[in-house]
Amino acid sequence: MRTTHLEDNFQQKIDAEERIEPKDWMPETYRKTLIRQISQHAHSEIVGMLPEGNWITRAPTLRRKAALLAKVQDEAGHGLYLYCAAETLGVSRDTLLDELHTGKAKYSSIFNYPTIAWADMGAIGWLVDGAAIMNQVPLCRASYGPYARAMVRICKEESFHQRQGFEIMLTLSKGTPTQKAMAQDALNRWWWPSLMMFGPNDAESQHTEQSVRWKIKRFTNDELRQKFVDATVPQAEILGITIPDPDLKWNEERGHYDFGAINWDEFWQVVKGNGPCNQERMEARIKAHEDGEWVREAAMAYANKQSQKLTEQVA
Amino acid sequence: MNLEFESQDPLVQYCLLLADNVLILGQRLGEWCGHGPTLEQDIALTNFALDFVGQSRLYYQYAAEVLGNPHSEDSLAFLRDVPAYNNIQLVEQSNRDFAQTIIRQFLFDSWHYYFLEQLQHSGDERLSAIAAKSIKEVAYHLRFSSEWTIRLGDGTEESHKKMQAALNRLWVFSQESLNPADYESELISKGIAVDLAQISAKVAQKRKAIFEEATLNMPELIPFFGNGKKGLHTEHLGFILTELQYMQRAYPGLQW
Repeated sequence: MRTTHLEDNFQQKIDAEERIEPKDWMPETYRKTLIRQISQHAHSEIVGMLPEGNWITRAPTLRRKAALLAKVQDEAGHGLYLYCAAETLGVSRDTLLDELHTGKAKYSSIFNYPTIAWADMGAIGWLVDGAAIMNQVPLCRASYGPYARAMVRICKEESFHQRQGFEIMLTLSKGTPTQKAMAQDALNRWWWPSLMMFGPNDAESQHTEQSVRWKIKRFTNDELRQKFVDATVPQAEILGITIPDPDLKWNEERGHYDFGAINWDEFWQVVKGNGPCNQERMEARIKAHEDGEWVREAAMAYANKQSQKLTEQVA
Repeated sequence: MNLEFESQDPLVQYCLLLADNVLILGQRLGEWCGHGPTLEQDIALTNFALDFVGQSRLYYQYAAEVLGNPHSEDSLAFLRDVPAYNNIQLVEQSNRDFAQTIIRQFLFDSWHYYFLEQLQHSGDERLSAIAAKSIKEVAYHLRFSSEWTIRLGDGTEESHKKMQAALNRLWVFSQESLNPADYESELISKGIAVDLAQISAKVAQKRKAIFEEATLNMPELIPFFGNGKKGLHTEHLGFILTELQYMQRAYPGLQW
């Protein structure tokens, strides 16, 4: 079959909402787009363990400590399924990790912001996981089967995390004035970076159009961002804390909230590596990988010895 | 609320010993989160931390019930200072590297498993129920730390060296779990606490077998003078509690 014919078939399958599976023919650019997107998502999960892991040893109660440990462990698990989904596209986890460590691959910029207070565990769950869910729920119907299936499980856990984060915020907002101020401060710091998580405006987005055609993406960045704002404003009202945007107001005509301009200079600076924690996050990941090298080598050497013994026994 | 902790009730002291052991070890393992040698081991260590925090809560809740108001699992964990902590010194030792973490884990698990096996038969129903629940988790911990001790001990020259160094370093802390404190002895005579003399042979046998398979030399037994069970700790515990208790100390008496 000629390539154009294969491509037509492929697009027809996608248009018919059939899933593409690892052994199916796919255009090289589709494969590359997926590898980029899935690995970026996997990297975000494991880099995202760091800002929250930062509070495991300092969680204020045993119940909160256990919940935070469970949450961060879920994120590691998400990283694992996503690396596995990426591997079905013919790329190894080692290669993907190299790309992360050399800066070739990106991860969600939100994790380059510091978690300086306990309330940040609430704000991250509520806003960052909330934004992630907006992005991820449509991915459960993504055209690539292994990715879509991984996302089903991930979304279930993320929505639990989001409720857990909101509950931390609710406890703070019902607490003393000091605690309420902690909740407000966390919202002030995490609000704008959360809106940036949806990526550049549609007009600036490099990848959206093709990804929508391939049903890797179902909504544009701006559509998802609007959905997030619309869903989150009433939640902030329940908490009795103020979203740090003087331009935020309900637009009757559009049936949506209008919101102020995002500081895209800040976004691009953080993407380029100049956020408050970019260097620390990368150093931590690289150090973990390098410090673990002798462990991985030893595990391999031991496995080889064992299989050699087995072969000798059989012989 | 700032509790000056003074209860001498042996049952409370014993619950605190068991709770503090697992909470402090859980706290140490929690430090690994996001920094493990592979994602799989990161998940395993975090999972053990979660198991241990969960187990500690069961013992603290029981101790708090025995003590009555205003004690709670959180007041016991967050408002006692170093001398009121009863954990053995092994669990407060730092992570250092994966070798030391695994040896510490194996030395703990190889006691903890046989300990819980017996605690299931405690005359105290509550303790026996906690043991029955925990031992399922701990059986897996022991399998994991045994396998990793073997794998790294008998892996490469470098891993062998690191494991032997870790074992040499931590060996001095290996026997404390088997030496009863006075409050423990009192409860052993009542059939509540585990008679450590009864499990010491099994513990020694397990350690010997695993170290042999791991090609590690078991150092000679060293008399142990520390006494974490009575609140005498190494320098590490103060720093662990500083982090652990930070929120409750900085913002006392609040709900989180």
